[in-house]
Amino acid sequence: MTFGTDDVTVSFGEVTALEAITVELSAGEITAVVGADGAGKTTLMQVLAGLVDPESGSVSAPGADRLGYLPSGAGSWKNLTVAQNVAFVGAAYGLTGADLAIRADPILERAGLAHVTDRLAEQLSGGMRKKLGVVLALLHSPDLLILDEPTTGVDPVSRVELWRMISEAVVNGATAIMTTTYTDEAERAGSVVLLSEGHVLLSGTADDLIAAVPGNVGIVDSPTDRSMAWRVGPVFHEWFPDGSPDDVVPLESDLEDVCIVADLASQVAIEGGGQ
Amino acid sequence: MLAMIQKEFRELRRDRRTMAMIIVFPLIMLLIFGYAATFNVDSIPTAVLGPNAQQAADQGLTAQGADLFDIVIVDPSGTSSTAQDLLRDRKAQVAIATDSQPPTAYIDGSSIFAAQAATAALGQLGDQVTVEILYNPDLTTSWVLIPPLIGYILMFIGTVVASIGLVKERENGTLEQLAVMPLSPGSVIFGKVAPYFIIGAIDLAVLTILSMILFDIPFVGSAFLFAAGAGLFLLVVLGVGVLISTVSQNTGQAIQLAIFFLVPQILLSGMIFPLSAVSWAIRWLAYVFPLTYYTVISQGIVLRGAGFDSLWPQFLVLAVMAIVVFTAAVVRFRSDLTPHRSERADTDGVTE
Repeated sequence: MTFGTDDVTVSFGEVTALEAITVELSAGEITAVVGADGAGKTTLMQVLAGLVDPESGSVSAPGADRLGYLPSGAGSWKNLTVAQNVAFVGAAYGLTGADLAIRADPILERAGLAHVTDRLAEQLSGGMRKKLGVVLALLHSPDLLILDEPTTGVDPVSRVELWRMISEAVVNGATAIMTTTYTDEAERAGSVVLLSEGHVLLSGTADDLIAAVPGNVGIVDSPTDRSMAWRVGPVFHEWFPDGSPDDVVPLESDLEDVCIVADLASQVAIEGGGQ
Repeated sequence: MLAMIQKEFRELRRDRRTMAMIIVFPLIMLLIFGYAATFNVDSIPTAVLGPNAQQAADQGLTAQGADLFDIVIVDPSGTSSTAQDLLRDRKAQVAIATDSQPPTAYIDGSSIFAAQAATAALGQLGDQVTVEILYNPDLTTSWVLIPPLIGYILMFIGTVVASIGLVKERENGTLEQLAVMPLSPGSVIFGKVAPYFIIGAIDLAVLTILSMILFDIPFVGSAFLFAAGAGLFLLVVLGVGVLISTVSQNTGQAIQLAIFFLVPQILLSGMIFPLSAVSWAIRWLAYVFPLTYYTVISQGIVLRGAGFDSLWPQFLVLAVMAIVVFTAAVVRFRSDLTPHRSERADTDGVTE
């Protein structure tokens, strides 16, 4: 069973948020959507969740009862306790009593929330609250899990735990799509979609994307072209579209470099087209 | 400081609702105050009954206040009992029964300003007529004012609380979650309103009982009918609150809109100023507001013991208002947040 979007365009007034976006989500796989602010990541999640109506194109997604969704916010009700949040969401999906306990207890345990079930959601730390949001999204064993920045603002340890929870859901048959601002964790996903200004710049496995980088990325102390370079610690990484000079140390790119290069290549193409 | 002033003006210019609040609202309030704020009753619906009814209507008792008493019913077969029924059912505010000597003028004390004007006019006839004020013999203001005032208090609280209900979900980022969950828009909205309705109903019962104890207000009508009318009224005001919630992006906007809805009703509901004294240029607005109908229902049942047979138009209007506001809220919620919900099946679905 595959979900996704086919040639989807979304506009808000005169602003085109997504243009001809096709994303195919494979069952049993996590798809990470990366991109700069305003790239259209959240809109894509909302389209898949049925919250935003596409102007054109089609969306393939399960019905509400088989969909798990975590919005970019906390994803839980702050004035309810952890247990009350779970009870409310469970009831909405028809899970109550023993059925709910059978499903919720192991997830809460795995999320490290089993000992704070009486605590108000607003009293949880940022990481714990995000984990509660993911627990709520996973509660009814959805076929499609849509997570909008589940790890943003979460400490590294909690991020690992969140990934473990999501991965287990996928191993058990769910399809997952998540947006993230962390390219290092996007590399763990089965496939990556790079969005920029409402367009898909690249998509595929992280290795595919890295291999597809045009030209070379090199490490330099002083960039030859500042518009093509970005600082990484004490040095710069610079993109050479036609291959790096002999005196530049070539670099095995990571996904962060790929994202930056793809964006630069897109700008170069636009400028080239405009001339 | 100049930069601060400039920044405030720029923000204000883009905040149309606040601009409307600052510029349009005072104008509206001035018009309403100017036209509605009058206690002078110029015309009182009057019934003349009994064997000499026609004669009295043509030249007799009412000629004393020919400009004031608007003869709406002339019934030669009517009796004192008929007169009291007409007042109870609000078909007249003064009913003169000529089956006794001297004739008796029954005055509806629940319409306090009309009663005061009628008493003054009829008093000039001396012994030619016996005056009897029904339902509020001492013309006590609190008896007339408090039943609808309780409604207004609950409307104020209910509308404001309900108006920020969905907005809080929006501000907390949980509204999208509700929209994605397998809950119909109607379930979300009725689920939001139900607790407020239950608490509001308890509040209303407590305030009504307390007002009877503290202000000696009699309750002569049917408690069941009163509960039904109050329940309908609560539904309407909570529905308006939810409707406001669906068109507001934040708490500030919701409260501003609620104020637009609430404040004019103090003056334009018949609660304080008699609607019959208000110019039609403004009076029509009163019939858009639910408190106008609740005022009639609450005063009618509590003070006069009016029944459903005379209050059904008010019940009907409130019922229609409840249906309209809840339908509008559900439609608005559905179109705003769940464009696909009606299209997606419960299982896999593809939308074009």
